[in-house]
Amino acid sequence: MSRNAFAYLALLAVGIALPFFVYPVLVMKILCFALFACAFNLLLGYTGLLSFGHAAFFGTAAYVAGYAIKGWGFPTELGLLAGTAASALLGWAVGSLAIRRTGIYFAMVTLALAQMVYFIFLQAPFTGGEDGLQGIPRGTILGLISLSDDLNLYYFVLAIFVFAFWLIYRTIHSPFGHVLTAIRENEPRAISLGYDVAKYKLLAFVLSAGLSGLAGATKMLVFKFATLTDAHWHGSGEVVLMTILGGMGTVLGPVVGSSVIVTLQNELADKVGSLVTVIMGVIFVVCVLAFRRGIVGEVSALYKRMIGAP
Amino acid sequence: MSEIFGIPVQALMAQLMLGLVNGSFYAVLSLGLAVIFGMLNIINFAHGALYMMGAFLAWMGLEYLGIGYWPTLLLAPLAVGVFGIIVERGMLRWLYKLDHLYGLLLTFGLALVIEGFFTNAYGVSGQPYSIPAQLSGGFNLGFMFLPYYRGWVIVASLVVCFATWFGIEKTRLGAYLRAATENPQLTQAFGINVPMMVMLTYGFGAALAGFAGVLAAPVIQVSPLMGSHLIITVFAVVVIGGMGSILGSILTGLGLGVIEGITNLLYPAASNTVVFVIMAIVLMVRPAGLFGKEK
Repeated sequence: MSRNAFAYLALLAVGIALPFFVYPVLVMKILCFALFACAFNLLLGYTGLLSFGHAAFFGTAAYVAGYAIKGWGFPTELGLLAGTAASALLGWAVGSLAIRRTGIYFAMVTLALAQMVYFIFLQAPFTGGEDGLQGIPRGTILGLISLSDDLNLYYFVLAIFVFAFWLIYRTIHSPFGHVLTAIRENEPRAISLGYDVAKYKLLAFVLSAGLSGLAGATKMLVFKFATLTDAHWHGSGEVVLMTILGGMGTVLGPVVGSSVIVTLQNELADKVGSLVTVIMGVIFVVCVLAFRRGIVGEVSALYKRMIGAP
Repeated sequence: MSEIFGIPVQALMAQLMLGLVNGSFYAVLSLGLAVIFGMLNIINFAHGALYMMGAFLAWMGLEYLGIGYWPTLLLAPLAVGVFGIIVERGMLRWLYKLDHLYGLLLTFGLALVIEGFFTNAYGVSGQPYSIPAQLSGGFNLGFMFLPYYRGWVIVASLVVCFATWFGIEKTRLGAYLRAATENPQLTQAFGINVPMMVMLTYGFGAALAGFAGVLAAPVIQVSPLMGSHLIITVFAVVVIGGMGSILGSILTGLGLGVIEGITNLLYPAASNTVVFVIMAIVLMVRPAGLFGKEK
């Protein structure tokens, strides 16, 4: 067994044991945001596209899954699927518009379109406006295991996370993923090699949006509500922060980054109140100025230097 | 003649007026973004926060120091401009050699810091700022009532926009600026201090945002969140217009303000989203923007 696979199995063991030591709802929140950041990293870290509107996909899936489960009485699994599909569809629409521009314009277009989605949710009759959708039942898995128990739900969420993480890992290491990296490194070159760059970008965007949706729908299930906060542009900024802090373009970076940020927010929320935004902003500035490789990037660079040293 | 297409003329004129006022803010802000982008190649996410800062400085000046509207109109943009220069010297300078996206990310973080700071100090509810005595009231044009202050906002914004255009396109300093935008190394080789120009450009862009903030203070409530709501719409304006031409930014800003106003009359539910819908259409038809050049 390779050293990599061994490390991932060890991490999985930690994930299985964690709810006995830490409040499960907090770990579930971390897992949801870790999935969100990993999906985002697929785009920023591996395709080189900075989307500033990913909260729209996170929020859309939360609303659609919540409404499907509460309003239409969908079973839980089907509700999550519906939310994910809705986000992937939205990702296709936003992506096909946004990939017409590159770089800074790409970021602005995604941000603006996400803001449009936000306003639609604010006004649409089914979202409950400022209150959001409240009291969404968690339901059961296959009609057998009740998810109202936090521990049952935890392992369900962990299973979703592991599946999605595996999917992202496979995507990154597939021929498709290598083409994405080629586009990130040198787009004109990728074009001249005969790749249909627009198609690759769009597919990566849809995949990233769909998985962000899965994260949003799962978070809705954990907290039993979907609100405007999920779709707000602050969320889009947060996922960028998590990815950069952890290390963009690394497989585990987003997981580390989201663990740090969610834990920090959780610890600080009742101590410093609205100063949390200032602290997030400062972390952002420090990361961009002095810490661009992120935690995982710095650690692996250090590790390589130690190995390389005589 | 009191109706056009079944809409009362008075209501139409009032909305057009409101649209022009909003459009003036769009124009000044997108102009600042375009000037900064031209020189520094970054999108200044903190632009909304700087606009908010201008409005807050106006309010604070009156509240704590008793400085009236007219001196503030000069002092607040100056202060915001100095703040911008400090930001450029202390932070942005280190990012010029990197991917331009880092500039966007840095200024995003900065926007969070500024916004969080003011939210923490003053809460999210708005602070009222009254219209200066010389501009209260208005005149009756017969078909509509025009408040003096609204008219002043439009005139002042247009004057500042055209002064900026004149400064960049018609003066010697502007020529240096355009040269430095086109080819920084060569311009530097001619003995022009390019880093200084970059610094002043960012300071000037920041000051423009602060100026818009002071103008806006009496029209809307001064609140820490006023900037972020506006800046995303301004980004859409910038995508629609393209950042290639200064006159283009001004026209697009004013035009979209008017369209928003008319939408508010015809179909109020869409007034928040109409700019984004237009952006989507422009992206489909002319991806580089109405006045943009594809690079």
